Amino acid sequence: MNAAIPLIDSDLVGTTGARHGAMGYLTDTTLCIGCKACEVACKQWNQLPMDNLEWTGYSYDNTKDLSATTWRHVAFIEQLDGTNGHSPGVMPPFQSNWLMMSDICKHCVKAGCLEACPTGAIIRTEFDTVVIQQDICNGCGYCVPSCPFGVPDLSASDHKAHKCTLCYDRMVDDLEPACSKACPTDSIQFGPIDELMQRAERRVAELHQRGVKSAYIYGDRAVGGTQGIDGLNCFFILTAEPEVYNLPAYPELPQDKVGSAWLATLGAAFAIGAVAVAALRGR
Amino acid sequence: MPGLGARLGRGGATTFQQNLAESDCIVIMGSNMAENHPVGFRFVMQAKQRGATLIHVDPRFTRTSAMSDVHVPLRAGSDVAFLGALVNYVINSERWNSDPFFREYVTHYTNASVIINQDFKDTEELAGVFSGYNPETRQYDFETWQYDGEQDHSTSPSGDRSTNRDQTGPNRDEAKEVQTAEPRGEFVGRLTGQPRTDPSLQDPMCAFQIVKRHFARYTPELVERICGVPQDLFLRVAEALVTNSGRDRTSSFCYAVAWTQHTIGTQMISCCALLQLLLGNIGRPGGGILALRGHATIQGSTDIPTLYNLLPGYLPMPTSVKKHDTLTDYLQVETPELGWWYNTPKYMVSLLKAWYGDAATPENGFAYDLMPKIEADYSFQKMLLMMKDGIIKGLFCMGENPVVGGQNAVLGRQALANLQWLVVRDVFEIETAAFWYDAPEVRKGELRPQDIKTEVFFLPASLTGEKEGSYTNTQRLVQWHDKAVEPRGDCRSESWFMLQLGKRLKELYAGDTSARGRQINTLTWDYPTIGETGEPDLDAVIREINGYTVADKKLVKSFVDLKADGSTACGCWIYSGIMPEEGKNLSKNRRGDEAAALEWGFAWPANRRILYNRASADPQGRPWSERKKWVWWDDTQGEWTGLDVPDFPKTKRPDYQPPEGAKGIDAHPGDAPFIMMADGKGWLYAASGLRDGPLPTHYEPWESPIGNALYPEQPRSPSALFFERPDNVYHELGDPRFPYVITTYRLTEHLTAGGMTRYVPWLAELQPGGFLEISPELAAELDISNGDWVTVMTLRGEAETRAMVTLRLQPLHLGDQIVHQIGMPWHFGYGGLAKGGIANDLSALVQDPNSRIHEGKSFTCNLRKGRAAGHPAGYSTKRPSPELTRQAGEEEGHWVKGDVKGDHGA
Amino acid sequence: MGTFDRLKNRIGLVPNPVSAQTKQVHARIRGASASVSVCPYCAVGCSQIVYTKNGKIIDIEGNYESPISGGTLCPKGAATFGLLHSPLRETKVKYRAPYSDRWEEKPLAWAMERVAQLVKQTRDANYEETNEQGMTVNRTTAIGHMGGATLDNEENYLIKKLWTGGLGIVAVENQARI
Repeated sequence: MNAAIPLIDSDLVGTTGARHGAMGYLTDTTLCIGCKACEVACKQWNQLPMDNLEWTGYSYDNTKDLSATTWRHVAFIEQLDGTNGHSPGVMPPFQSNWLMMSDICKHCVKAGCLEACPTGAIIRTEFDTVVIQQDICNGCGYCVPSCPFGVPDLSASDHKAHKCTLCYDRMVDDLEPACSKACPTDSIQFGPIDELMQRAERRVAELHQRGVKSAYIYGDRAVGGTQGIDGLNCFFILTAEPEVYNLPAYPELPQDKVGSAWLATLGAAFAIGAVAVAALRGR
Repeated sequence: MPGLGARLGRGGATTFQQNLAESDCIVIMGSNMAENHPVGFRFVMQAKQRGATLIHVDPRFTRTSAMSDVHVPLRAGSDVAFLGALVNYVINSERWNSDPFFREYVTHYTNASVIINQDFKDTEELAGVFSGYNPETRQYDFETWQYDGEQDHSTSPSGDRSTNRDQTGPNRDEAKEVQTAEPRGEFVGRLTGQPRTDPSLQDPMCAFQIVKRHFARYTPELVERICGVPQDLFLRVAEALVTNSGRDRTSSFCYAVAWTQHTIGTQMISCCALLQLLLGNIGRPGGGILALRGHATIQGSTDIPTLYNLLPGYLPMPTSVKKHDTLTDYLQVETPELGWWYNTPKYMVSLLKAWYGDAATPENGFAYDLMPKIEADYSFQKMLLMMKDGIIKGLFCMGENPVVGGQNAVLGRQALANLQWLVVRDVFEIETAAFWYDAPEVRKGELRPQDIKTEVFFLPASLTGEKEGSYTNTQRLVQWHDKAVEPRGDCRSESWFMLQLGKRLKELYAGDTSARGRQINTLTWDYPTIGETGEPDLDAVIREINGYTVADKKLVKSFVDLKADGSTACGCWIYSGIMPEEGKNLSKNRRGDEAAALEWGFAWPANRRILYNRASADPQGRPWSERKKWVWWDDTQGEWTGLDVPDFPKTKRPDYQPPEGAKGIDAHPGDAPFIMMADGKGWLYAASGLRDGPLPTHYEPWESPIGNALYPEQPRSPSALFFERPDNVYHELGDPRFPYVITTYRLTEHLTAGGMTRYVPWLAELQPGGFLEISPELAAELDISNGDWVTVMTLRGEAETRAMVTLRLQPLHLGDQIVHQIGMPWHFGYGGLAKGGIANDLSALVQDPNSRIHEGKSFTCNLRKGRAAGHPAGYSTKRPSPELTRQAGEEEGHWVKGDVKGDHGA
Repeated sequence: MGTFDRLKNRIGLVPNPVSAQTKQVHARIRGASASVSVCPYCAVGCSQIVYTKNGKIIDIEGNYESPISGGTLCPKGAATFGLLHSPLRETKVKYRAPYSDRWEEKPLAWAMERVAQLVKQTRDANYEETNEQGMTVNRTTAIGHMGGATLDNEENYLIKKLWTGGLGIVAVENQARI
């Protein structure tokens, strides 16, 4: 495995803290053809408006990021060899020189947004997914910075927070979510986490066997700080470092820093007190 | 698709998309399949998952290349050099010469062993032209190309009037100009018996030896010099193909319009057919050639053609430049003695019965006179000139956007402005409807609406979901779409429009006994209507297309039931069988399975999924291998059977030998899988059907930065058709003012001229504006940064757009010369939400002589940094005017940014 | 695990209240009628399900049954709902008189009659019964047709039949050529 990939503990590969029966997505980027069917299928089902008409010039990515109105987003990373200006004609197996990756809310096992929400608008559903209830959300925006992945976003028009619901409405009726249903190459697969995780492990092993040594699962407890989040309900098979896809290598909940900050404050108080006492004593 | 038709017999994909999953090697060339056919590409991904090698040969590194094992960047338009070198490699490879499979397939199933006319001369002998070339007319006389012994036929079976010098008819040049060599090929009538052969393939004039000599100079070195492909990359492709072909392995090719849109496009496709025949990959599972059509029913639009030179089912249009005076003449000229087309009279007479009903009698030649005769080229590009020159005065434009999608679009807009009237039927106010106030020329003030005479009608059309009907997809599969809702407002289907207009015209011509009155009044047009708006009952149309016996109106079961005596009527013989009994429209079949899915839709002909599938069995009728079995001979039942509908007479034994004097299909032996061909064989050497030579030859594109390394005396196709005039000027080869190669293409997010996508917010935001792609090297030379405005120029026009500087484009090294290529999507225009400079303002009118298709995939241009002078502001690809985005959001509540639905559908 | 960590891990685990709206959530296609359609974009031929309620389309998505598409769609196919319901969609007849600088709205029937009259005028003035050699040709080159390749087969059949078979119009072409 590529040394650059932040593997913490190989015993944790393929494990998440998700409870049994949790539903999620496996997004296998080695099968993604960058068609953006998932983006449109999501907008179609959720009746989300278009964002804007700005041509970015950044590869074929013009929607740029997840937002209040874009709940699936396909990133394009051109990785052709720049040293001599020539693409190598014979390529490593599976998607290699032009990475495409369909990003989405990770529905974290320990969700920062949920923990930060002061109104109780964000809930964990019976499918173990994380959903913002629009009739409760007051648009305070606390969830926005509390997500290590930058997923929830305040809408400029209704001023509430929005993100992927993992098609909660469809799941209630036993329907597959819109994006995974549309995906032509099965790059996005939907199902129970346990099953998906097994599938992901098999796929990664197969990729390793076929020469894609850099393939790994992003979102289990083995990778980076997802230990702190206890895994993701929507995980990915990646072939380059997380940062290449604009994903944090060590995602952390801001909340996790609260304890140490509190201790630090306490320590500082003690120190000041001690200094004060010492000063007084010395008098 | 004459490229496939001329060598295999039918102008359709030989296989079906699902079957790609069975391939051991897939070459995608002339296509960007992952981007333009993403859902079809899932079968390519399945094959890859199973271990198949995936190769993409394309000037650009695209989303298809990203998924491939090998990407071969080649110079746009040099495909024949590459394919020809593959042919040369295969013929001389050790595997091909040592594995008996190849020789067995080729000697039995192709015309490799046929002896060709001794007077035939190859391009290698005549410096780039074949024998029979007339440089004045730029046309070939086909006499010397024929099979040996067939050239001095006493009558003139082609019926070409010009071969008869006493005739005072239009001259031969025009005769050649009229017909395109669609699948049936116009010289099929030449062959009357079994040709002379040399099964050892040693005779120097046998087709195999001619092929071998023709391609002998197509070496890896030549590929490097012409295509800019490094030799090791070429060899990698060649080896993958040879290794993955044979008794137990098959390779397939996928191509699309990046092959058709060249002056030698037909020959690129035909070269692929030649190669796949040599490799024994035609008619077999996981093999074949998948022609990827670009629109929902491109295939259907040529089967039931709205094309000037064809009648339904690939029957040729009657023409006044052949001896087509009467039905008898037409049938005599167009009916070959051998092969399936021997049945031509049945299909033509049944069509006349369907169209002219009781008025079509044996006595009046089934009203053949009422069918108009063509006399010249009226293909798309020529039509633009006919409009500009005032010959065409009124135009119907239904679901097409020629001022963006047509070549030399500047001329196209001038052409519209010279019409008396224009009827546009579409769902959006596309550029073609808005040209008179919104075209760049009008915005720049060069043209004012007050000066444009054209009377313009915009009639809103309905879409799938709002109407029922059928589409024929890329694999010849006819599928029905149901009507879900009534269309809004004045939106109507084209069927409604045609039916109602036809009724009005019949009223206007009532009692008119002149020829033109009789023509419209005789036409059968009594389709029952349904609903308040009077949409035609399409069951009645499908019945007519399927065919019925005239006396009792009973549906025929298939085209086998059609007769030439007027007792049957049939609107399109190849679709016959689509409705074999009342109420049973097979295109509505919706039971799919993992194999051939024979109960999902209806594939013409006769529901066959892999064409020429007799070739999936060996000459004795046994599967070539267990892994690759598909159709085979069951000796106990005495019939062909298997996983598909056999594309062969069901009970014809593999060892059948035709008796003396046999006609039609009965004249073919039991090992002749290509039933549409006169001799039942796949044609390595195309004795007829192709206007620019029996074998593919490398010529440069009409506009190229370099000369022809193979034939310096013949840089361009010697028989390409062109229109040299002040409003359609060409660049000379190597013109230093236009040093760059430009290729136009499509993106996943848009369709063709954008009429169905640039007006849809969800798609517009994904690719919101025009751009072109250039390499960092070219960008550095011209001081262009990513995102800069640039202007592309040709002698036809200019287009301003944004530059995307990317390593996906790279300069090619052809020997010492470096060639830069520019890629530019041709979707964009001045209307809709996603706008941009029009790529077709740059392209020229020039044609492949077989298909009359243009050369949008390769021409030359210049490029500079900066915006075009005086260009309209509407080209901005930044956020368009705020009103527009707002307007785009307001009509339907759910589009509005503020109206994010958060109630999850409650 | 210390008390502190245990306490920390409790945060966010107390279930938040399920709102009234959330309790009602269901797929909007519950109880809708479904029709089978074919994607109108490229030629792959993906099967679609069009869901309707009260005579209105509420959703279009892929059809699992199709051996070709198996429920999937590309972005264009997935946007079919957006194609049908685009705010730029035209639903009225528009007419631009010669030399005019504006559109006028016109009734459909008026336009149909006007077009029929123009066809007759143009055809009558430019009809060839015989060519220069005296051969019967029964054609007009003064009217042309350009058709997109997303028209149905039945539509193409009626187009070819009326234009060519009924009116002698020979310049009938299709996007298939280009």
